[in-house]
Order: sequence, then C-alpha cells, then structure tokens
Amino acid sequence: MEKKQSKLAIVTNGLLKENPNLRLVLGTCPTLAITTAVFNSIGMGLAATFVLIFSNMAISACRKIIPDKVRIPAFITIIAGFVTIVMMLVQAFVQPLYQALGVYLPLIVVNCIILGRAEMFASKNGVLDSALDGLGMGLGFTLTLTLMGFVRELLGAGTLFGIQILPSSIEPMAILASPPGGFFVFGVLMALAIFVDEKQGKKVDADPEKMGCAGCPNSKNCHGEGGCE
Amino acid sequence: MLVKASPHIRDNSSTQKIMLDVIIALCPAIIASGIIFGLRALLLIAVTVIACVAFEYLYCRLMKKPIPVGDLSAVVTGILLAFNLPSTFPFWMAVIGAFVSIVIVKQLFGGLGHNFANPAIVGRIVLAVSFAGRMTNYAFPTFEGGVDALASATPLVATRNADLPLLQLFLGVHGGVLGETCAAALLLGGIWLVARKVISPVIPVTYLATVAVISLIAGQEPLVQLLSGGLMLGAIFMATDYVTSPYTLTGKLVFGLGLGIITCAIRFWAASAEGVSYAILLMNVFVPYINDLTRQKPLGGAKKK
Repeated sequence: MEKKQSKLAIVTNGLLKENPNLRLVLGTCPTLAITTAVFNSIGMGLAATFVLIFSNMAISACRKIIPDKVRIPAFITIIAGFVTIVMMLVQAFVQPLYQALGVYLPLIVVNCIILGRAEMFASKNGVLDSALDGLGMGLGFTLTLTLMGFVRELLGAGTLFGIQILPSSIEPMAILASPPGGFFVFGVLMALAIFVDEKQGKKVDADPEKMGCAGCPNSKNCHGEGGCE
Repeated sequence: MLVKASPHIRDNSSTQKIMLDVIIALCPAIIASGIIFGLRALLLIAVTVIACVAFEYLYCRLMKKPIPVGDLSAVVTGILLAFNLPSTFPFWMAVIGAFVSIVIVKQLFGGLGHNFANPAIVGRIVLAVSFAGRMTNYAFPTFEGGVDALASATPLVATRNADLPLLQLFLGVHGGVLGETCAAALLLGGIWLVARKVISPVIPVTYLATVAVISLIAGQEPLVQLLSGGLMLGAIFMATDYVTSPYTLTGKLVFGLGLGIITCAIRFWAASAEGVSYAILLMNVFVPYINDLTRQKPLGGAKKK
C-alpha cells in the first residue's frame, strides 16, 4: 500500500493531474455530444458531480458487503438509483436543461467516469475520501465540459449562455459546433493538459505502447496491480 | 569495381524543384483566374500564400524545428487553397483556412511527408462546413456585358436547370471558385507536370474516365460533368499529391477509381452539388491500406501469411 493521500490532494487530483476527461480519457461521449453550449455543459457537469459524490459514498459504505463477483452489477444499480434522482430533479426544476440534455442525462448511468471511480477508488477507500474523490473528479469533469462548451459556443455560434457575444460582422465557425469541431477542441484541450503537466516537471509519455502501468495516470489507485487492459 | 548499396540511379530532383514545377504548372490557372475574376482573385491567392508560408515559419520557429519554408510546399498549398475559394471570399476567413491547412493538417501530423490528407483539401472542407454561405457566393466573371459582378450558381447547380455551352465551360467563363473554372488552363498545367515527369498521368486519367463512364450510365452528359465543378483541379493537382496518393500502379488505379465513384455518388445522388473534395479526403484516408494491399512482392520473396 502506498502512503495515504492528503484530503486536499484527493480533491485536486481530479482537476488536472487525473482529470477524468483529459488525462484518463473517460466519459468522452457526453464530452463531445453536449458541449455545444456552456449552459448544457455546466448542467451536465453538475449532474454528473452529484451522482459521482453520492454513488462513491454509497459504494464505499457498502464495499465490505458487496461480493467481489457481482460488484459491477451492484455498482450500476447504486449509480442508477442516484441518476434517477438527478433526472427527476432536473426534470422538475430545470426543464430547459432536461430538454437539451435528452438521452445523455439517463446515460450518466453508464458514464465510465462514475463506474471507473467506483471500481478504482470507492471500492478501496473510506466514505469521506470517496466523497472527496467524487467531488474532485466531478469538478474536473465540469471544468472540462465548461471549457469545451465555452470555446465551441463562442466560436461556433458566437454566443455565450445564448447571448450574442461576437459582433455580427464576424461569422461564427459552424464547424466547431459540429462533431468534428468537438473532437478538435477536445484534442487541443488534452494536449494543453499534458503541456501543463510537463511544465510542472512531470515527464508525460503519451505513447500508450511505452507508457505501461507506471506512466498511467491511474497507477496510484490500482497500486500497480494492473489488469485494467 | 565499387558497388555501393542501392539506390544506384540518382537524379538531382529535390522537393524544391518538384514544387517549383507544380507552381509553374499552376501559373496558367492563376493567370486565367486573374482574367476571369479580376484583381481580387490575385489578391486572395497572395493572401493565402503569404499566410501559409507565415504559419509554417511561425510553427517551426515556435516548436524549434528546422524551417522548411524553402521547399516551397507551403506556397503550393497556399495557391491550391485559394483555388478552392470564390473570389468574394473574406481575407480573414482565408487566413483561417491557411491555419487549418498548414498547422493542423500538415505540421501537427509531422510536416511534409507525414500529413494524412491533402492540406488544401481539408482547409477547403473546414471552410465549406464553417462558412457555407460565403463559400458558395460565386461572383460571375466581370467582363460579361455591362454588369460588373453578378452572383450566380456554379454550373453544377446551374446544369440542373439550364445548360452552359461547352466552350464556355472549357474556357472557364462562368461562376465558381478561383481555380476550378478554366479547364483549359488546368489541362495545360497537367500536361506540363506529366511532361516533366512530376506526376504520373494514371490517377487523373483513371479518375476522369471513371467519372465519364458513371455519368454515361447515370444518364448525365459526361463532358459537362468533366468540365464543371472542381473535378479538373482536383484530379490534376490535388489527387496527385505524392504524400497522399498510392505509390504502386495498381494502387493508383484503385485510387482513381474510388475517387470517381465517390465523386459521382455525391454529385448525382447526394444533397451536395460537388463531391470532389470529399472524395479526395476519403480516398486520402484509404491510401495506407491501398499501398499495403497492392505492394509488389519481391521476386522469390516468401508468401505473406
């Protein structure tokens, strides 16, 4: 076992160093699909953060009684419960967001970030640590989505939160609002995250062939046990 | 007698010389676009060329790479990109196109020789998807009658209603993007490239022949299909890019055939009037596989399992 991480490190891990989208490359489907507007991005991010915190806590609390062989179905059931709560809340109070997110809201159930954190963190750590991990990862997810939504809405449609920002003489680049533009912005952000990581003195080898377990941003959680590929 | 390792036969060709030949071959079409669309066409070409060279220089400077501006490939990309834009196109949008072509498609993938697709084609497609209205705002040739400039549809759109005389199509006196209209000038450039052995005629000929045959089968006028739209420009100058076309003879035939089929499929049965750029991009992506599948077996070499 490695040394215990400090509580603050658990939260800040998710922001950049182990950012679920940019460094672990999980949950890319909503990242690409719903980030055409900042409002949708923030809504999606917060909904996922809510589910992350509570499912992490519940799974962490039950980690001793869930049999190892059926842990995945058990995790999914717990996650699905919280997603249902979020769905009902959003539908009741933020109708426009519910309309905009559509099928991606119930799809949080199968969001790899949430299942990934359950498997990699919550099932091995205490309730408080798991809640903090969920918070950090959720905030990292929200941060990425908001950044992508900001760039894509501003340059792709000329608006922010639906309000015209760019003068009408500058035509927005529609391609950024379409899927190829989404992939492009995502790629640029991933490169930026690695760039910032390298600036802080950590050598990042992005080549998966050479990276192996040691270079994997997840290695701290699985304690080098491997078996994830 | 001294025997060195192969290659035994060398010539003094270099990237710079090849690109210079391509630029010479593009000159008739540049002059034609100047005559047909006026001074602004030449200005637009200048803007994209300067932007392409500047982006290449700045990127390599910033990334501390050797600066490859001298090989003139950025100049060719700039001219080809401008050839894909209408003469009314805003300059700042053209600069975005140059950025996409040089920085994203060419340099991010490793520079000349490593780009997965023709930079100018991707630049054009990104601009076409982003600024659809501007990209189809074709100005009509300036010397027609008393009207200075008249917006008109490209013949591909127009031929669905009325027919243009073939001679007019051949000389390029009609609306369209800068470089695509004057088939005569493009053919002249193509003949120069083939005569100088810069390109092999296999890809353009297969491409054009496929389009002609499919047009006949589909009940379209083959000559009109050959002369209108970006087909000549694409077939002669953009599909023959060394980096993004197959190097085996069979591969070239397959490449040309695929280009023709995709172009016709988009022209005749899709919502878009023109399919040349998408055809070239799609076939560019297939090139590594085409090369692999058509590679010649060395004499006496073992069979691949």
